[in-house]
Amino acid sequence: MSNAVVRKTLISLAIAGAATLAQADVVIGVAGPHTGAYAAFGEQLWKGAEKAAADINAAGGVKGEMIKLVKADDACEPKQAVSVANRLVDSDGAVAVIGHFCSSSSIPASKIYEEAGVIMVTPASTNPTLTDQGLPNVFRVCGRDDQQGDVAASYIVDKLKAKRVAVIHDKDTYGKGLADAMKSTLNAYGLKEVMYEGLTRGEKDFNALITKIRSVDADVVYFGGLHSEAGPLVRQLREQGSKAIFISGDGIVSDEFVSVAGSPEYVDGVLMTFGAPPTSYPSGKKVIQEFRDGGYEPEGYTLYSYTAMQVAVAALANNNLDPIKGAKWLKTHSVDTVMGKKDFDEKGDLTVSDYVMYEWDAQGKYHVVD
Amino acid sequence: MDIVLQQLVNGLTLGSVYGLIAIGYTMVYGIIGMINFAHGDVYMVSAYITAIALALLTFFGIESFPIILVGTLFLTVAVTGAYGWVIERIAYRPLRSSSRLSVLISAIGMSLILQNYVQLSQGANQQGVPTLLTGALRFHVGDGFVQITYMKLLILFISILGMGVLTYVIQKTKLGRMCRATQQDRKMASILGIDTDKVISTVFVIGAVMAALAGVLVTLDYGAFDFYVGFIIGIKAFTAAVLGGIGSLPGAMLGGLILGLSEALFAGLISSDYKDVFSFSLLVLILIVRPSGLLGKPEVEKV
Repeated sequence: MSNAVVRKTLISLAIAGAATLAQADVVIGVAGPHTGAYAAFGEQLWKGAEKAAADINAAGGVKGEMIKLVKADDACEPKQAVSVANRLVDSDGAVAVIGHFCSSSSIPASKIYEEAGVIMVTPASTNPTLTDQGLPNVFRVCGRDDQQGDVAASYIVDKLKAKRVAVIHDKDTYGKGLADAMKSTLNAYGLKEVMYEGLTRGEKDFNALITKIRSVDADVVYFGGLHSEAGPLVRQLREQGSKAIFISGDGIVSDEFVSVAGSPEYVDGVLMTFGAPPTSYPSGKKVIQEFRDGGYEPEGYTLYSYTAMQVAVAALANNNLDPIKGAKWLKTHSVDTVMGKKDFDEKGDLTVSDYVMYEWDAQGKYHVVD
Repeated sequence: MDIVLQQLVNGLTLGSVYGLIAIGYTMVYGIIGMINFAHGDVYMVSAYITAIALALLTFFGIESFPIILVGTLFLTVAVTGAYGWVIERIAYRPLRSSSRLSVLISAIGMSLILQNYVQLSQGANQQGVPTLLTGALRFHVGDGFVQITYMKLLILFISILGMGVLTYVIQKTKLGRMCRATQQDRKMASILGIDTDKVISTVFVIGAVMAALAGVLVTLDYGAFDFYVGFIIGIKAFTAAVLGGIGSLPGAMLGGLILGLSEALFAGLISSDYKDVFSFSLLVLILIVRPSGLLGKPEVEKV
């Protein structure tokens, strides 16, 4: 090879190197169901993460680097979650991931992030298995279903004084996990459920199941699952003349629950467990106001997603953008977020859980039950 | 007792919806021997058209339920029928002389196109329509009661009416004779002067119209749908068509009813976790005893 050629090659390599340096943004993936039946939750995740990234960039970025968000759509399907996780770590070069939403997606994806040494902070996956796997890089800024199930079960026993509880789930990781957690606490209280059955995700006709709920004369129906099934379920329950109290978990925290149920009258009186109102923290006032000024109500998981972004960025910023060191750092340091101060335990769970009971009203809004 | 009766009501309404959609599968199979995998998605499209028609009618200030119902039925049936015609025209007719496998692949492609097209144009979110018809009939049986909403009665009434009209058309009219002739022997029918391409188009339109009836009724009843809603119900309706004997019109209706009833009774009396397992086991059993379905005719190899 002649000298000239070598020189040319070196120059072009140098240029290429400079180009990569110049665009060395901090790439963060936002993974969740951006399409599909659960896209409403994907939108909450994206809005929260987008705003957080914009605010952090406006304040100078992460150690001077700008955050670049990459949207990754898992459609709430485990298989697709694995392939988008691979894409995020391989071709997009993400150092942190905000997501996923569904526990059944988060669990398989978490292993890929662990192998690649990427921090994963989920705003919404509550299934206990996710952090019980013992992966060093996985965090969540929401609670766990066993905590959520405890709150629901003690409410059913202490406040509602129910005697006949029917437990329904959607046969998915999140829904069944939540229903099982609730059931085991309920049994620990000495109350045996009168019915325990699963329904098929994607179906709309649950009349046969509801007739069965009626036949066991349930006074409480507990549902582990998401709003797209909860809506038709509660509507058909009322249409068949049942007055049983309907309780579910944080899988129905979306305005879409009302439109899927057909009208606010059907969701009136529905109870659900969800973290203490994310909009109630004084540290979040400014961000919430900015969301509302922009014509968007930060409902459900929006602020959780904002918080997840703050946690991931804090870990990177304090450890020279090294995600592996950042993950270790998070377990011993607390992070100030729009939802107050967050501390993580050795597993990556929050040290404090704050589930409370909410009730939907006849206007199709939810508020905390006193 | 009241519970069993209530499950029969649940099963009948579900079954009549399966039956309506199964007609599309069975007629298309009968006439060109292909399984129209896009049929479930035609049903899905009709759910969206229902919502659009409802929005249009409310926009023009119409509030009486009968007018809204008739208007929505009319608009949805017309537009979905047009979809059925266009789908046949662009996805199946060009492949008329090629192997059955190519048409099958084309049908799967069409199904994906419809799903993605609706997802892109209408958004991926769950959609809902408001409740229009409320109220129910309640019969007291023993200590309990059987409750039938007016909407469920309407579903039964319109499905029976639709199937009745269709049976009349196929059995008694000139169009019906042309359909039956084409089904029996397409080449002979065309030699005798029947425009078989036109007949095949008509069959696709009829299938789409029946799916549209189901789409309007189910959408008004459950109120919720998304772009993926055609998949499960399409599979169930296809099962119903095979159960009743694919190619046979009364078979599709019977298959739908049997499937709906067996699902409801099994879910209600035994376990809803395994209701699909039960339905498909039933299908396997019936096919073992009668390989061409309950009312299907065994295929005769033409020499």
